[in-house]
Amino acid sequence: MGSFLLKRSGVMFLTALCLTFIVFFLTNLDPNLEKLTKSEGNQRMTDQQVEDWLVKNGYRQNLFKRYGEWLGVAPGWTRTDADTGKVTGRCLKGGIAPEEASSFCGLLQGNWGHSLVFKEPIGGIIIKKLGLTGWLMFWVMVAMVPMALLIGVVAGMREGTKTDRTLSTFSIITTSTPEYVSGVILIVIFASRLGGLRWFKGTSASAMDSITFENFFLPVVALALYGMGYIARMTRASMAEVMTEQYIRTARLKGLTFRAVVLKHALRNALIAPFTVIMLQIPWLLTGVVIIETLFNYKGFGWTLVAAVGNNDIELMMAASVVAVLVVLVTQLISDIGYVFLNPRIRVS
Amino acid sequence: MERLGGFEIFGQVMWNFAPVWIGLIVILWASIHFRSRLGLYGKLFDSPIGIAGLILVLFWVLTAIFADQIATFDALDQISGMKNKKPGWPVKDQEGLFYILGGDNLARDVFSRMVYGSREVLIIAPAATLFAFMVGITLGLPAGFYGGRMDTILSFVANLVLAFPVILLFFLLVTPEIRADGPEFELWGGQKWIASVPNLMALCLFLFPIIFFVVLWVSRYSTQPRKLAIYLAVTMVIGLWAYLGLVFNADPFGVFYMDPNLLNIFVSVVFVNSPTVYRIVRGVTIDIKTRDYVAAAQTRGERPWYIMLWEVLPNARGPLIVDFCLRIGYTTILLGTLGFFGLGVSPESPNWGQTINEGRKLLSLYPHLALPPALALMSLVLGLNLLADGLREESLKD
Repeated sequence: MGSFLLKRSGVMFLTALCLTFIVFFLTNLDPNLEKLTKSEGNQRMTDQQVEDWLVKNGYRQNLFKRYGEWLGVAPGWTRTDADTGKVTGRCLKGGIAPEEASSFCGLLQGNWGHSLVFKEPIGGIIIKKLGLTGWLMFWVMVAMVPMALLIGVVAGMREGTKTDRTLSTFSIITTSTPEYVSGVILIVIFASRLGGLRWFKGTSASAMDSITFENFFLPVVALALYGMGYIARMTRASMAEVMTEQYIRTARLKGLTFRAVVLKHALRNALIAPFTVIMLQIPWLLTGVVIIETLFNYKGFGWTLVAAVGNNDIELMMAASVVAVLVVLVTQLISDIGYVFLNPRIRVS
Repeated sequence: MERLGGFEIFGQVMWNFAPVWIGLIVILWASIHFRSRLGLYGKLFDSPIGIAGLILVLFWVLTAIFADQIATFDALDQISGMKNKKPGWPVKDQEGLFYILGGDNLARDVFSRMVYGSREVLIIAPAATLFAFMVGITLGLPAGFYGGRMDTILSFVANLVLAFPVILLFFLLVTPEIRADGPEFELWGGQKWIASVPNLMALCLFLFPIIFFVVLWVSRYSTQPRKLAIYLAVTMVIGLWAYLGLVFNADPFGVFYMDPNLLNIFVSVVFVNSPTVYRIVRGVTIDIKTRDYVAAAQTRGERPWYIMLWEVLPNARGPLIVDFCLRIGYTTILLGTLGFFGLGVSPESPNWGQTINEGRKLLSLYPHLALPPALALMSLVLGLNLLADGLREESLKD
């Protein structure tokens, strides 16, 4: 187990490095830097002025060196102005004197940079926005997981019956309805003039202060529906497989009721596979979160990502990407480890 | 003129789809009549889910084919006085013409835009999926068959792409900036080619279909030089011709051409889909290579690539066909997501995702703008998923 963990963590670390480097490369393409310069300076800068600004602010160093600086494993650049003798540098922003500043100031030192859009340090923004999205995810999970497991187990315990067919078709329908479609349909039915039922609000902007049933129901349902179908189908497949096992037949022949067989013997084994699927569903929900937060104007993590991309806020984009990549990798690791723990038949050497 | 009522709108929509109904009846009648000779496709008619899926998919395929006959207006026609009009509104000064499903924010016909939107999706999604399969198969087969270091490296790269949050990748990869960035090269005839990230990706990814077919023919017909020469020549001529047109935009006859926006979307979608296909192909190959017929072929002295392409691949077709259907559906959703965020598509394009995005801003006042494309997208994806389910059920019965 120890060496398995070590190996998985090693691969994960390498993956995280590669991915953040790719993001770094793609966010720091020349046109993006040019746009950044013009928004920092002014829109009428000549090409030469842009170039000077970029050189002066350390953007024209080797890409790997800059990635190292951003990460905090390479010392930040410093530069002494030839005319005035003033020292500037990556770690000297915000009026810190050169003598007191540390030579490393990147992600690992907790320096996430400064957002152009929000005019605030990024660390604070990310934590605040993640908190908002955390609530959304929490309620989505609360709605999605029990429903999906219930549908899957009920459909899978008697394969081929009418109940099974109905529930399976329902899960296929939900997997075919991406969030931007279900969101639109839900808003039209429950929050517009056409539907007539004005039970819920079509926007969740007010949920950022206080979550109520009225302003949070639609986004949660739209997100939960799309993710639910897949988990339900996996649970059904797993349940149907378990129900054909020898020990289930033994339990039935022993004279146990169907109910007892399902609850005591089948369920525990049938829920191993869905656990992995649920964990892997979390990064998949990320796309949905971005769509739903945009659609319902809920200014959480996904909305922030869209805002950062739309405004060419390079440092915020990088920070958001790091968080997104970490979420993906950590959930993958948990699902791997959890699978081994839950399933005694798998032995990891 | 009076505005159309609910039933009249329904009747008009049905009437306009007449070519589709006729096509559906002809195809279904022919398929059921000859089902015993049609293999897996014929067996699909045993499963109600499969039939439902097939009808939905055929409906949209036929709509895309007959879009010019079905649509009442052009996708870009703006008629003054029709802005945000409700469904069934008569067109001013034109007797007998209606905006069946109303007008959008720019006074265009919602119904016609929905119909033309099907064309955009049904051309890009299957083509992108096909390319993703070419890439996935060409890399997955040797990775699963040989294993070893190549497998480790390829699988690491595949996992790398899979660990990338899809939406983030699209935000970074499908932008006007990225298309313009890179060293410029002068091609023949004054053509210019920019070595931007999407163009470089196209350069690599579009090579795979050519490699696939060349290896396919060489591994099979290496003992029949004449046949091999003909097949190779045809593959190379068509392949390189299309390659020049699509990648370098330098097709001398102007047949193969892809708009830079479209190329950007296409390449990104292929890139996102191929690692999953790779993993499926690799997994199936590892399973199949232990079978007796593979051992028999090895004993006969067949070369590895012959075994992979002519023994393993045909026997892996079941899961691959099912995944192909599912993946077209997933690609449709991805394209919708791209449109929803306005990434890479031209602003007036009638694709469904973008129309939904335009409509959502006015959703509580004018729900008829976003609802038709949303339902269209959903029904197409549903059809593909049902079809995949039906195919899986029937192929498992063998």
